[in-house]
Amino acid sequence: MAYSEQVIDHYENPRNVGKMNDQDDNIGTGMVGAPACGDVMRLQIKVSDEGVIEDAKFKTYGCGSAIASSSLVTEWVKGMTLDQAQELKNTKIAEELALPPVKIHCSVLAEDAIKAAVADYKEKQAKK
Amino acid sequence: MMDITQNYFEFLALPVTYQLDLQALSERSRALQKKLHPDRFSHLSDRERRLSVQYTAYLNEAVATLKHPLSRAQYLLKLEGIDTFSESQVQLDPMFLMQQMELRESLEDIADATDPDAQLEQLRQKVEQEMKSLREQFDMNYQQSTPSAHEAAAVCVRKMQFIDKLGREMEALEDKLFDE
Repeated sequence: MAYSEQVIDHYENPRNVGKMNDQDDNIGTGMVGAPACGDVMRLQIKVSDEGVIEDAKFKTYGCGSAIASSSLVTEWVKGMTLDQAQELKNTKIAEELALPPVKIHCSVLAEDAIKAAVADYKEKQAKK
Repeated sequence: MMDITQNYFEFLALPVTYQLDLQALSERSRALQKKLHPDRFSHLSDRERRLSVQYTAYLNEAVATLKHPLSRAQYLLKLEGIDTFSESQVQLDPMFLMQQMELRESLEDIADATDPDAQLEQLRQKVEQEMKSLREQFDMNYQQSTPSAHEAAAVCVRKMQFIDKLGREMEALEDKLFDE
């Protein structure tokens, strides 16, 4: 199956690969996985006191589409508020990357990951 | 008479169990293959020949599915109405995912290590141990035959899918190291 140019670009030059300290209060970590393909994805956000995402990092073990989806999300969410990030839809990711129907689940995984990261951050704040 | 509406176990005249006798599986499979050999059907009608092709395809599918511990577990659950073959939207234990992430990271580090073979072997033992324990948990839950136990068995299967993928990645690295 041929990947789109956008997927290849993110796959070959993934943005924001890395890890932030998940013990820090201002970091939210989302861990998700897809059993059917064995993909694992970690997406982290660093949130300012004003509730704006200042930085985002990801690490994905999976196919090109999964890597591209998470890479794109980290680019997009920087500068977003938590509410905006939570509203991010997989259909937008799939559209931007021109994902074929069999790879739509990769964009769903990335949407789940950002939602999980926001939820993790909010949970940490509530505990403070 | 063969019947492809039977499930794979019935088709092969084997008991429906996770602890499958692999020796019996290969014996039954060979016996059926002999029976289905196209030469035996050459003098028969088109319809009967078509049937033999259909039976052979079903037999191959059955053997491939039952032979491997992971797909056998998935098939047993499917018979119970739980389809784990293609699901994508499931809740997974974050701790488990974290651990999977770490295992993948250590595999990635092995590629650049000075003694990759020894480290790969160490990781393999760890992964095999994990897989063995998941298989045991699966079987224990599967045998309990209650809906909640079957759901717990499905959780084991989902975990096994990740470990299985890791195993394939390890094999790929091993091939790569061997080629270098």
